[in-house]
Amino acid sequence: MQERIVGGLLAVIVVMAAGLLLWGRREDSNMTGKQKKTLGRILTATALLLVLQLLPQMVFAPLDALAPGAGYWVRLALYLADYLIIGYDILIKAGKGIRNRQIFDESFLMTIATVGAIALALYEHSGDYTEAIAVMLFYQIGEWFQSYAVGKSRRSISELMDIRPDYANVEREGKLERVDPDEVDIGSVIVVQPGEKVPIDGVVEEGASSLNTSALTGESLPRDVRTGDEVISGCINMTGVLKIRTTREFGESTVSKILDLVENASSRKSKSEDFISKFARVYTPAVCLAALALALLPPLVRMLGMGLEAQWEQWIYRALTFLVISCPCALVISIPLSFFAGIGGASRAGVLVKGSNYLETLSQTRIVVFDKTGTLTQGVFEVNGIHHSEMDNARLLEYAALVESASSHPISKSLQRAYGREIDRSRVTDIRELSGNGVMAKVDGVEVAAGNDKLMAHLGVEYIDCHSVGTIIHMAVGGEYAGHIVISDIVKPHAKTAIAALKAAGVRKTVMLTGDARKVAEQVAGELGVDEVCSELLPAGKVEKVEALLQDKPAKAKLAFVGDGINDAPVLRRADIGIAMGAMGSDAAIEAADVVLMDDDPMKIAKAIRISRKCLRIVYQNIVFAIGIKLICLALGALGIADMWLAIFADVGVMILAVLNAIRALFVKKL
Amino acid sequence: MKKVYKIEVDCANCANKMEEAARKTPGVQAATVNFMTLKMNVEFEPGQDPAAVMQQVRRNCKKVEDDCEIYL
Repeated sequence: MQERIVGGLLAVIVVMAAGLLLWGRREDSNMTGKQKKTLGRILTATALLLVLQLLPQMVFAPLDALAPGAGYWVRLALYLADYLIIGYDILIKAGKGIRNRQIFDESFLMTIATVGAIALALYEHSGDYTEAIAVMLFYQIGEWFQSYAVGKSRRSISELMDIRPDYANVEREGKLERVDPDEVDIGSVIVVQPGEKVPIDGVVEEGASSLNTSALTGESLPRDVRTGDEVISGCINMTGVLKIRTTREFGESTVSKILDLVENASSRKSKSEDFISKFARVYTPAVCLAALALALLPPLVRMLGMGLEAQWEQWIYRALTFLVISCPCALVISIPLSFFAGIGGASRAGVLVKGSNYLETLSQTRIVVFDKTGTLTQGVFEVNGIHHSEMDNARLLEYAALVESASSHPISKSLQRAYGREIDRSRVTDIRELSGNGVMAKVDGVEVAAGNDKLMAHLGVEYIDCHSVGTIIHMAVGGEYAGHIVISDIVKPHAKTAIAALKAAGVRKTVMLTGDARKVAEQVAGELGVDEVCSELLPAGKVEKVEALLQDKPAKAKLAFVGDGINDAPVLRRADIGIAMGAMGSDAAIEAADVVLMDDDPMKIAKAIRISRKCLRIVYQNIVFAIGIKLICLALGALGIADMWLAIFADVGVMILAVLNAIRALFVKKL
Repeated sequence: MKKVYKIEVDCANCANKMEEAARKTPGVQAATVNFMTLKMNVEFEPGQDPAAVMQQVRRNCKKVEDDCEIYL
């Protein structure tokens, strides 16, 4: 029965190896020379083993007529040749390992296990050499698979991050020249044609086009740019020719920063990875010692203690089975691979994670603290309403914009933006600014005042209080009250669903920090469903508040701080994990944060947490699964239930499954 | 001082062994090997010559894993 199973199995391997080898000839298979060579050896060795397996021992009997025992020796020689085909490199490596005193080297242990099995077969005259060859064969298949899978995921992730521009087009004497992006000075004009990547950050000088930013932000909607707009490197120009004046050197550009970050990302190791490498260091020696004990102790006890037959062969065989399972590779490969795939998958979704450790922390996030401006709100003030106006709204706005035309305050800017037309400054004369209260000026000769209630009181103008939340600008024209304009920071469209999504992702508490007045802050918080608000905070107060929250929380719950990265670097550093939003191009944020969300969408925070959860789930599955199967195999091996076949199957099988499971971390689209 | 080197190694456990060997080399303050990106980050002790230290790191790594390579 077993012979038939073995025969069938070998036949399957022959077919698969041959198929893979044929496929490997294609250009796009990306198989390395070394992998093809190993595949060839696997094919040859399996085919030969299959033939030897199918030939009955009788075939060799006639040879005995030539010389006594010749059949036996010819058969042995054929099996040994097969063993060498599949295992010669392992034997060589084992030899080198001995020379370097690396006794816990996998090759060395594999060699002992297989040579030991052959020696036992010789000693017992069983003629069953298949087992030793099969162990070597499956070990090689496992190594081949691992090398292929790792290579494949390395490539697919580097393709994902394929945003490095190879050249920049510079116009010289009327002709376009391709130069190394490194050689372009700040302030030069570069030309980006449709289909090319923007190589360096800059401002559009001429032309209009749509940019594909998906490699950077995960956002599939193209972004339209025209003259005067800022563009960041790494986007792909889709439609028109753009002339861009560079504002940074290549080394300082967004694309270089991101590449640098991603390439160094997984060097920061997570606790799980540390655990596994420590485990691996202990595991192999422990299994080897256990094997030694298994080979020596039971027979000695049987012989001396119980007066039974020692059964050396049986116990040595069980010990050799142990050695087959001693390689920790399945574990050691699958954990970093999971993290690597998780980080890769996250960056595909526009979330840059700076290291495996941060992915791990992110998955334990229970408290999310927001800096309101720029994360939940757009950080841009907008005219939200005009009330009690005695004249046409547009005219009131015109007056306001004109009076405020000399100021660069965000509020003045928003008034000018809302007005929307070119401001004719010659109409404005006699501008007087009352610090903290407002501005007065003559517009077309008429006295206009714009400011808060204090200004109105100062002027003795009766005003109507406003119930809306935001900054209120009262207007007086010609000494008469003319109504007020409400300006407020607008909430991002996804902010409310983002908070709900965080809750759904297992975040227990959301906190909003802001420098705004209490009334404004509480209204926004209520609207969004944030649990806790801290208003009227000065920048330094934010650090203190986060410190306080850090002290109050249980040790296992992690606190994430989300900021727009402009002036919250100290808080980003202080939190368990700092998340910077919409940080494309902001150097300080990329440096200070642990996780960088490439676009402004607050929904990405929940997504980042879900990605990290999935990745960590896979990591734990792999740890438990791989260690569990190994321990079960060791137990079964010690009891004599599992033979070497089962051991190597379990070992290689676990590795293949763990690697496939790890690659799952790459797929994050539907999260 | 920190430097990053490209490496070549076949299995994840061997990468861990290289990391261990690099850490134990005199003149190295800290070392991490990233198997997935095939890179070795080495932080040298102050006043050490990276080129000389790396020669030793390479020798030590070769001892634990014959098949590895560090591109200096």
